[in-house]
Amino acid sequence: MTKKTNSMPYTITEKILLRHTKLKTIHPGEFINAKVDICLGNDITAPFAIEEFEKLNLRDVFDKKKIVLVPDHFAPAKDMKSANQCKILANFAKKHGIKNYFEVGRMGIEHVLLPEMGLVVPGDAVIGADSHTCTYGALGAFSAGVGSTDLAAAYATGECWFKVPESIKFIFSGRLNKWVGGKDLILHTIGDIGVDGALYKAMEFCGPVIEILPMDDRLAMCNMAIEAGGKSGIIAPDKITKKFVKEALTFGKKHGVGQNRRGRFYLSDPGAKYSKVYEYDVRKIEPVVACPNLPSNVRPVKQLKGISINQAVIGSCTNGRISDLRLAARILRGKKVNSAVRLIVIPGTQAVYLQAVREGLAKIFVEAGGVFSTPTCGPCLGGHVGILAEGERAVSTTSRNFIGRMGHVKSEVYLSNPAVAAASAIKGRIAHPEEVL
Amino acid sequence: MHKGKVHKFGDDVNTDEIIPARYLNTTDRGELASHCMEDADPRFAKKVKPGDIMVAGKNFGCGSSREHAPIAIKAAGVSCVIAESFARIFSRNSINIGLPIIESPEASERIKNGDIVSVDTVKGSIKNITRKEKYAFEKYPPFMRKIIKAGGLMEKIKRR
Repeated sequence: MTKKTNSMPYTITEKILLRHTKLKTIHPGEFINAKVDICLGNDITAPFAIEEFEKLNLRDVFDKKKIVLVPDHFAPAKDMKSANQCKILANFAKKHGIKNYFEVGRMGIEHVLLPEMGLVVPGDAVIGADSHTCTYGALGAFSAGVGSTDLAAAYATGECWFKVPESIKFIFSGRLNKWVGGKDLILHTIGDIGVDGALYKAMEFCGPVIEILPMDDRLAMCNMAIEAGGKSGIIAPDKITKKFVKEALTFGKKHGVGQNRRGRFYLSDPGAKYSKVYEYDVRKIEPVVACPNLPSNVRPVKQLKGISINQAVIGSCTNGRISDLRLAARILRGKKVNSAVRLIVIPGTQAVYLQAVREGLAKIFVEAGGVFSTPTCGPCLGGHVGILAEGERAVSTTSRNFIGRMGHVKSEVYLSNPAVAAASAIKGRIAHPEEVL
Repeated sequence: MHKGKVHKFGDDVNTDEIIPARYLNTTDRGELASHCMEDADPRFAKKVKPGDIMVAGKNFGCGSSREHAPIAIKAAGVSCVIAESFARIFSRNSINIGLPIIESPEASERIKNGDIVSVDTVKGSIKNITRKEKYAFEKYPPFMRKIIKAGGLMEKIKRR
């Protein structure tokens, strides 16, 4: 392995991809077939993949331990058609002896669940038929969203084709302002470079701010790499990663996932090539909101205080982790949700749910007049559990604010961090956390 | 060779507009086609004719990884999509299922809604019959051509 990667300076992404091929060298722009460690599908994307795979008439999948199936988008099934989609996943898992099928009651939002269960470790090459699969870059893994056909092909061959991406480096320096987190950093970045600013590229986040950034914030950042058109997001694995992964592997084993992989900690070489380098002084970054209808339409919260809302959503694969709920609860403790607002809090997984109950966070949300839901992607993509009517407006900790994303084509979504969403729920309009504390 | 009437769209058309998530609880291609482009142009599915061509601006197909998006476009009868640029997952999904997509900033800028256009993917040329113009485009790299020639990724795998 060392022989392979010492030949020329590489980025983390290039090193991981090279490691998953039989090649001796690798270059951006080159087409490769790479072995994958995990291939993920959900109730929307896996049915197509399963249909295509079964047409091949193969007896077995390439490796049943490397396939993960999570019904999370429209689950618990929102209607009969969705129930059927979920059933396709369950039947496929049963037929092929796939253990990593997570049924309602054990499932969660896939990109919160997989890291939590230790299913992804540093150095992995992961594909998922879900665009937010780029989340796992936070663990120092190469991880990219693909389509259902890619997933079907991987079920058969264990491989996926890639064009080796160029990398863009994003360096964050300075000290974070109060109420600014990973979500604000990534929204600020997307606002700066645009929704196609990193098209086909690997976004490598680094610098002193990232080195001390908690894992949940790192996951939120890499999660939204796709909103800048990125192929993947990645953060060099370090002590924070090591501790997180160790705990996750233990947690996974407790839940019968039983991964025995510690991962490989790759770092970018000093001479590695980047197509661009962006430097941000985070002292200049305040809590921000992405206004309709693109995640790049970013403005400081302070400029948007006149905008009234009907709904606040706290959850999703971007911000449905325990630290997100803690942050929201800190704002909502002892307060009431505005009478004109529906607050919907959705923990990312069963474990996050249980932890929120144990810590009294669930009680805070319910006493404030909010809803505390079972894990689901739900409203983020206009599925269920909080669809917007014509003319309604939501502040949401989710990742997309496209036209009609959360419901009616004439409804609007404003993307924010959990503290801003909680403060807005209290005020009934877009609000800065310091307005309510 | 593809020839048809152009339906023109703007920049950053996302997969939620191409096929809204509320219709993702099915894998029925005909049903997906009937809702194609619904949130961008509610009349699109009714007016599109077999062979028609979609032309868009930059970053076409951004957003979710749903393969339902190129499937809906293909099943609606669209013969090919021309854009200034394509979002990554949409691009690979289209190649994998055999929907021809063509990156041409020049064609994307010059072609207007309703134009009649013909596309020769082998030669790498686009002819605007209405405006009597020609636009060139980069042909696919050999790796992608192999997938397209096989009739999609699954066909390529079957041959292996």
